[in-house]
Amino acid sequence: MKINFKLNGSNVTVDVVPSKRLLDVLREDLHLTGTKEGCGEGECGACTVLVDNRPINSCIAPIANIANKEVITIEGFRETKAYRVIADAFADMGGSQCGFCTPGMILATYAVLRDNPHPTEEEARIALSGNLCRCTGYQAIVNAVLKASEKGIKL
Amino acid sequence: MLPNYKTSVKKVDNEDKMSGLAIFTGDIQMDGALFALPVRSTISYGKIKEIHVPTLPEGYYFISAKDIVKENVCNIIVSDWPVFADKETHYKGETMGLIIGPDKDVCIDLVNKTYADYEEYEPVYEMKNSYVHKEFKKGDPSLFNGAAKVYSEEFETGYQEQIYLETQAMLMYLDGDKITVKASMQCPFYIHKAICRTLGCKEDKVRVIQPAVGGAFGGKEHYPSLMAAQLATAIVKIKKPLFMCFDRHEDITFTTKRHPSKTNISAYLDKNNEIIGLKIHVGIDGGAYIGCSMVVLSRALIACTNTYTFANLEVSGDAYCTNKVPSAAYRGFGSPQSIFAIEMFMKHLAGFLRVDALEFRNKYLVKTGDITCTSGVFRDPIILKPLMDKAMEMSDYKRKREEYSKPGSLRGIGISTFLHGCGFTGSGESTIINAQLKIKKDKNGIVTFYTSQVDFGQGNRTTLKRIVVDTLGIPEDHVIYDAPDTDKTLSTGPTAASRTIIIVGGLCAKAAQHLKEIWVDGEEQEIVEPYVGPSYIKWDEDTMQGDAYPGYAWGVNIVEVEVDPVTYELSILGTWSTYDVGHAIDERILVGQADGGLAQALGWAYLENEVAENGVFKQTKMSDYVIPTSLDMPHMETAFIDNPFPYGAFGAKGAGELTFVGGAPALADALEQAIGKKVNKIPATPEFIMELMNDED
Ligand code: FES
Ligand code: FES
Repeated sequence: MKINFKLNGSNVTVDVVPSKRLLDVLREDLHLTGTKEGCGEGECGACTVLVDNRPINSCIAPIANIANKEVITIEGFRETKAYRVIADAFADMGGSQCGFCTPGMILATYAVLRDNPHPTEEEARIALSGNLCRCTGYQAIVNAVLKASEKGIKL
Repeated sequence: MLPNYKTSVKKVDNEDKMSGLAIFTGDIQMDGALFALPVRSTISYGKIKEIHVPTLPEGYYFISAKDIVKENVCNIIVSDWPVFADKETHYKGETMGLIIGPDKDVCIDLVNKTYADYEEYEPVYEMKNSYVHKEFKKGDPSLFNGAAKVYSEEFETGYQEQIYLETQAMLMYLDGDKITVKASMQCPFYIHKAICRTLGCKEDKVRVIQPAVGGAFGGKEHYPSLMAAQLATAIVKIKKPLFMCFDRHEDITFTTKRHPSKTNISAYLDKNNEIIGLKIHVGIDGGAYIGCSMVVLSRALIACTNTYTFANLEVSGDAYCTNKVPSAAYRGFGSPQSIFAIEMFMKHLAGFLRVDALEFRNKYLVKTGDITCTSGVFRDPIILKPLMDKAMEMSDYKRKREEYSKPGSLRGIGISTFLHGCGFTGSGESTIINAQLKIKKDKNGIVTFYTSQVDFGQGNRTTLKRIVVDTLGIPEDHVIYDAPDTDKTLSTGPTAASRTIIIVGGLCAKAAQHLKEIWVDGEEQEIVEPYVGPSYIKWDEDTMQGDAYPGYAWGVNIVEVEVDPVTYELSILGTWSTYDVGHAIDERILVGQADGGLAQALGWAYLENEVAENGVFKQTKMSDYVIPTSLDMPHMETAFIDNPFPYGAFGAKGAGELTFVGGAPALADALEQAIGKKVNKIPATPEFIMELMNDED
């Protein structure tokens, strides 16, 4: 089945079975490997992408449901000013260790700050709780969110 | 005067990892790569009579023990784990063969249609058949006979799943006739050796290159060797690129975990309630094959007196063979298990004697010059008291401890002290590992150096490079330090045992210093620097006597908790930690190790429940094996107290595992205060807390 959607600003068409996971379409068909698979069941957030500007777990999204929507992956997001602010905050605070959760965390951070530009530490923890990290213990990531919020992300 | 290494530098891999540019094994696109899927046994223990493979379509293969080129053994410390289960299977899920082919769905279908006939034997799931026994004594345990009182308790800890966020993955291909491996791994040379051994091939026929690795924690120390030996057997036959990657379910169900443990401790007391000595037995569940369990057991036993000195000891331990997935390396390597036991025991003993637990523990705290449990010496300055004072001040410990002591507060604050021996046990660094570091410079003064250390998140690529840059005093972009590649790198040993900075970091500094001394502009120069350990380290593994480690790192954890009286759920309100890791290099990286290690330990202590039933784990997915989220973890505060170590790089000691060992006893101590009951077992799940709270005694 042919499915059209907007990916990182450009129109794309893929010809795949409609139940194929968005994650696999991105990684296998479109060769965008910045989006990771940690669990494959919507638990870890490593596969986070933005669909119509909302963070979703691409491992549980059938491609059919993405038709005509706008998808932003880390490959697109890394070209934005907001990415720079968030990535610098992650670097400053030590928010990335092995890096496997990081692209997802960065997109999740963007979504948090867009909804709540000045979260408290507790609010940041709640907002990020769908993205798991096994390396950092989260303090550095939460610190990065707060730091990026200080700087402010330009939407 | 040491330079100020506390300050942090930009991590070399930051940008790649944040932008999604970093290439992990599963991200490598290789044309024509075939999928390799394990065919697993379906019984816990028995004879494999025959394996029935369906008719394979063109281009599909079944590879099994019949295809073994030379030896059907996976090279681990004790090589008892076969590459493919052949005549017998010893745990449910053991790999009997691989189905290999171009279409993953077709492979899955073929795997599902492959089955074996067995003759079942009686499996053993409990810790009763020992396959490794160790024991040692200190002082004169016969004095125990004159004890006025004996106090005994038993402690238990559970399995722990790795949950590195990237699952096990390996790509193998032929480059000419050279077998080339890219994998999610910790120890490139372990993989290299495992392939050479099973194929009986020359070392220069195998090359292992490290891509980005998404977490490891010990779980990628040995298991990738097994995958490599299996794929290598296949590739000599098929001669096409092969890719094996586990989904999370497979990774949880079939890869190695932390050893469950059962520890028994008895204290022999004189009539003044002074401890004459302790008798300690640590049992660990090693699963179906020994692999590295004997070394895990060693470390568990060496750590069994933790930060306390006792004059007389009778220590023994067993690793037990059970028909379950083998247990293997996991951050702490046996010591978190025995340290949980002794910390809780000392506290409970104080309760039994009706004295203040902290004062009681302090009385036995290790001091510089004390004799270790294996009759070595604690040589370096020990700063446990300042570490404790600082952590107590940071956490407002005394006030909170007092306040929460009111019955029914449901809050508690707990403390642990702990140590971790850095590097391989005893003289292993100079006798077994023999690290050698190659550093060279070209005509333009560009320096390249190589180690076999994998950066799976610890930041060592940044820190080791910084050590070389600073020692040479040249600009950062004049030094090239890439990920390990066994074709270019000499072995500086595995990335394990908290040895990277203390051992390899020290070696980097020394090699760079030598290069600096002989530096001639405009010339190509190369040095191979061997590791030379401190000469005072003497160790006998058979008798477990002597200096177990070149140095020790120390720490204090304080954890504050609250228990919900309705759901019995525990929440962590805060953690405060202090560490002596020698002279801290890059505090930002170290805090990352500290927070991450503690979070993982706290998960093990109260959240992460992994239970085997009839040899199979009940938890099979991340939705039922729960690790801490950002909401489960509290605000964490960490401080380091400087205490330079003469043999580490710029005074640094190891830090990676230290941060794991104290979390569980600190949490359990806090939980005991909150509910007024003794905690002898972890994980402290809500069900277990309910049981404790409803228990009348
Ligand atoms: S891979 Fe999608 S949530 Fe874990
Ligand atoms: S940095 Fe490794 S999982 Fe988050």
